[in-house]
Amino acid sequence: MAGGKEIRSKISSIKNTQKITSAMEMVAASKMRKAQDRMETGKPYARRIRSVIGHIAHSTSEYRHHFFESREIKRIGFIVVSTDRGLCGGLNVNLFKTLVTEMKQWNEKGVEIDLCVIGAKAGAFFNSYGGNVVASQRDIGEAPELSDVIGAVRVMLDKFESGDLDQVSVVSNTFVNTMTQEPTIEQLLPLPPSEEDEMDRAFPWDYIYEPSAEQLLEGILQRYIESQVYQAVVENNACEQAARMLAMKNATDNAGDLIEELELVYNKARQASITQELSEIVSGAAAV
Amino acid sequence: MAMTMHCDIVSAEENIFSGRVEMIVAAGSLGDLGIAPGHAPLLTGLIPGPVRLIKEGGEEEVFYVSGGYLEVQRGVATLLADTALRAGDMDEAAAIEAKEAAERAMAQQDADFEYSTAAAQLAEAAAQLRALRQIKKL
Repeated sequence: MAGGKEIRSKISSIKNTQKITSAMEMVAASKMRKAQDRMETGKPYARRIRSVIGHIAHSTSEYRHHFFESREIKRIGFIVVSTDRGLCGGLNVNLFKTLVTEMKQWNEKGVEIDLCVIGAKAGAFFNSYGGNVVASQRDIGEAPELSDVIGAVRVMLDKFESGDLDQVSVVSNTFVNTMTQEPTIEQLLPLPPSEEDEMDRAFPWDYIYEPSAEQLLEGILQRYIESQVYQAVVENNACEQAARMLAMKNATDNAGDLIEELELVYNKARQASITQELSEIVSGAAAV
Repeated sequence: MAMTMHCDIVSAEENIFSGRVEMIVAAGSLGDLGIAPGHAPLLTGLIPGPVRLIKEGGEEEVFYVSGGYLEVQRGVATLLADTALRAGDMDEAAAIEAKEAAERAMAQQDADFEYSTAAAQLAEAAAQLRALRQIKKL
């Protein structure tokens, strides 16, 4: 029987792969639900604190925090949020592509770039691609804690404060829905003022600060940056699970198709060998 | 009918409250403050303590926050809490126990004692109790 055995063993190996991918799909689906919950619960806080910061940027205060100052851009920092593990489709690759295009644009303008990588995949990519990685953080896991990201972010903030960096952006995936995740680059520092129309007031105004503007802004801005980066990490996690679920679903489907095709080939080969044997017997009997 | 403003209380974990209120009473870092509709823009830090809302129609509700920030804009107040609880969900026995444990820790200072941590724990437990007492008075 021509190749019958080989085909059988190939089918069974694909079946094993299919079992693994379908198990991974189910695991990713259940993890995605949790990651999505985590993302949703953090959203209101992130949104509110962003609008408060936007309001502060509009106020005409005698104290101006240095996070609001825009300087001429000579060096720019990117905080790249990626996944720790692979097998999640084009999620990381799309993100890196977007970032690399952006980096090229800045390079053409003569702007230097520092990178802070969160997640093992970004670390591996920029090690081989090149790029000045100043901080890295990996193995954050599925339930990231605020304290996990603070260290890496601190490096970037210190650099901004000391004037080494003139702009800091976060690069991460935005969760649109289960099927789509969009790579986005969002400017973190200097803080962009809010775009709410109602803030366009004809007269200058300022807050009453209790206790002092300096103390308050220092605290609230720090919290803002941390919450934005944390939110990006949590959202990227939800994206990872969704992308993995989809990638594994495709892999499972592809394996199914492959098995079907191989089974057809196998049956044909079996038929052919039976026919051949029969004709051999018949012709053998006729010769006698 | 009394004037109202919009109030949002969010913590890092969830949206705690969102709705119209007639007055907010919170524990600011320089002392308790009451915010009525039409208040000038204000930004203040909060210390652990109760936040009392007088909702539209005069009904009151008490929350406990463990610190955070309060922003007041025209017609909108936003409270960014570190952690916030509905006072009704709090466990009085647990709060008393936490307070006593903190007091004990302060009294018998051993080698690895950290004064600032214990003091913060005590302040938090005391603030939780304060929130609970306030809700009982209502």
